[in-house]
Amino acid sequence: MNAIIDQDDNQSPEYAIHTRKLNLWYGTFQALFDVDLSIRNGMITSLIGPSGCGKSTFLRSVNRINERLGYVRIEGDIDVLDNNIYDPAVELVQVRKQIGMVFQRPNPLPISIRDNILFGHRLHNKGSKADQDEIVESALKQVLLWDKVKDRLNHKGTELSLEEQQKLCIARLLPVKPSVLLMDEPCSALDPKGTAAVEELIWELRGEYTILIVTHNMAQARRASEECIFMLMGKVIEHQATEDLFVTPAQKETADYIEGRYG
Amino acid sequence: MPEASSTKLASTADFDRRDLDWYIDKVVQLIVFFAGISAIIFIIGIFIFITMEGLGFLFEDFTFKEFFLSPFWEPSDEDAPEYGILALIAGTASVTGLAMIVAIPFSLGAAIYIGEFATGKVRETLKVLVELLAAIPSVVWGFIGLSIMNPLIIDLFDVPVGLNVLNAGIILGLMAAPIMTSIAEDALKAVPDRYREAAEALGATRWQVIFKTVLPAAKNGLLGAVLLGVGRGFGETMAVLMATGHAVNIPGSLFDPVRALTATIAAELGETAVGSPHYQALFTIGIFLFIITFLINLTADLIVRGIRKG
Ligand SMILES: Nc1ncnc2c1ncn2[C@@H]1O[C@H](COP(=O)(O)OP(=O)(O)O)[C@@H](O)[C@H]1O
Ligand SMILES: [Mg+2]
Repeated sequence: MNAIIDQDDNQSPEYAIHTRKLNLWYGTFQALFDVDLSIRNGMITSLIGPSGCGKSTFLRSVNRINERLGYVRIEGDIDVLDNNIYDPAVELVQVRKQIGMVFQRPNPLPISIRDNILFGHRLHNKGSKADQDEIVESALKQVLLWDKVKDRLNHKGTELSLEEQQKLCIARLLPVKPSVLLMDEPCSALDPKGTAAVEELIWELRGEYTILIVTHNMAQARRASEECIFMLMGKVIEHQATEDLFVTPAQKETADYIEGRYG
Repeated sequence: MPEASSTKLASTADFDRRDLDWYIDKVVQLIVFFAGISAIIFIIGIFIFITMEGLGFLFEDFTFKEFFLSPFWEPSDEDAPEYGILALIAGTASVTGLAMIVAIPFSLGAAIYIGEFATGKVRETLKVLVELLAAIPSVVWGFIGLSIMNPLIIDLFDVPVGLNVLNAGIILGLMAAPIMTSIAEDALKAVPDRYREAAEALGATRWQVIFKTVLPAAKNGLLGAVLLGVGRGFGETMAVLMATGHAVNIPGSLFDPVRALTATIAAELGETAVGSPHYQALFTIGIFLFIITFLINLTADLIVRGIRKG
């Protein structure tokens, strides 16, 4: 069986990420309980909840990066674009190609800006050298970084400011052409100006990608997303259109949280 | 009671009181200070001693050209003793070079396995084993060279004598590998995990993560490990004395016997008259070795610490 996730379906699926009864354990500690989520294709969905409620854990199981830790165990299914990514025949590399991730702390590689952008591209497109300059330029233009760095593409990515580093980390996903972007508190290491800039960028990417963004910052969730999920202690409490969730939360816990009663 | 404490509060505090703890602290500081600089004092002292012993030769009989460029080391020739260390340098260099060819793949492979693949008990056990290997005395390695490698080389390659560059190079390579493994593993461990995570999230396989991300990021530390191995090779004496064949010779093949700089000093110093030109020539070799190993180790250290970039 060919395990490549098939993206060229005639009509694109309604949900980009669909989980059924997802349970996750770190060793004996259960971090996720029966998570059932349907995340709409092509939208920005934000994931909020108090610290330690399992937001990162959920995000990191969607691209299976959690498996780096040998002691993680998962039950249940996650479908990404109608393919179960936990199917034994699935190839991890193909999963990661479809699902890009932006981490909480910007993590450009200690290589040149140009090589950072091309890192993923080179992994997945062996031998094609021709249009590398174009790829670098268009990726950097999309994240509004081109004008700032075009004269120092050979400088190390790690020498940029944090805001620029985070933009670079978003840019390097684009040449791989993922359909889903996972972002784990992408602005938490940035100052307000950087936050605004990266948020604006995320908004620009709407429509082209399905974006699932974890945030601690409710104002950001409210500003930047179309749907919003509230989690508490490893469980999904509520999933609604962002406006509704903030204005008329259905659950008491949600109301308590958005009114600042949890921390 | 309350009155007593209140009067105490009111009285002026004696901020300059020195109790026992104060003196202990000062004494410990002094001891630690002297312990700390003693290493430096010893090194400088040794260098001064070696230099003084070799100095006469350097100024009287020493001609730079002959010393470094003549392949003839014939100090016991009664009429015209010759002190040329070119063949000895060639011996040391060839053995060390081969040792690195042997040691680099072994130690890099071991470091990658221990650092990136092994987990839990396996990893801890391997690390202890590597430390143990590093502690094997060099005379034991020399013995292995003499009694195991020697007949093996004679059998395998059909040569008359098995004490040669090949033998000593392999022995020295195995000797240097553990310490190189240890340092290389430290270098890999120093690569932040978020680099691996970033590469993996972009779809890199385990090997791609190692070759495209971890090794380039650790290259300074790895280079340092190799340089320390080279330093070890230059300075090693006993094993090369036993395994090289100890014949003054510029090697033309792996099967030629050679003689190392260090081994020459070890073998001849006891038989020379103190202060004679031969004695002083040996000390001049000592100065040369000291400077070379010092420079190699210093460079390695600077690279490992990342003070120098690139
Ligand atoms: N690597 C790990 N090993 C063990 N427990 C972990 C690990 N990562 C997270 N956890 C635990 O799982 C729970 C959820 O953590 P996380 O997903 O990081 O929360 P959030 O991102 O919402 O702050 C927490 O209780 C945390 O302590
Ligand atoms: Mg988190």
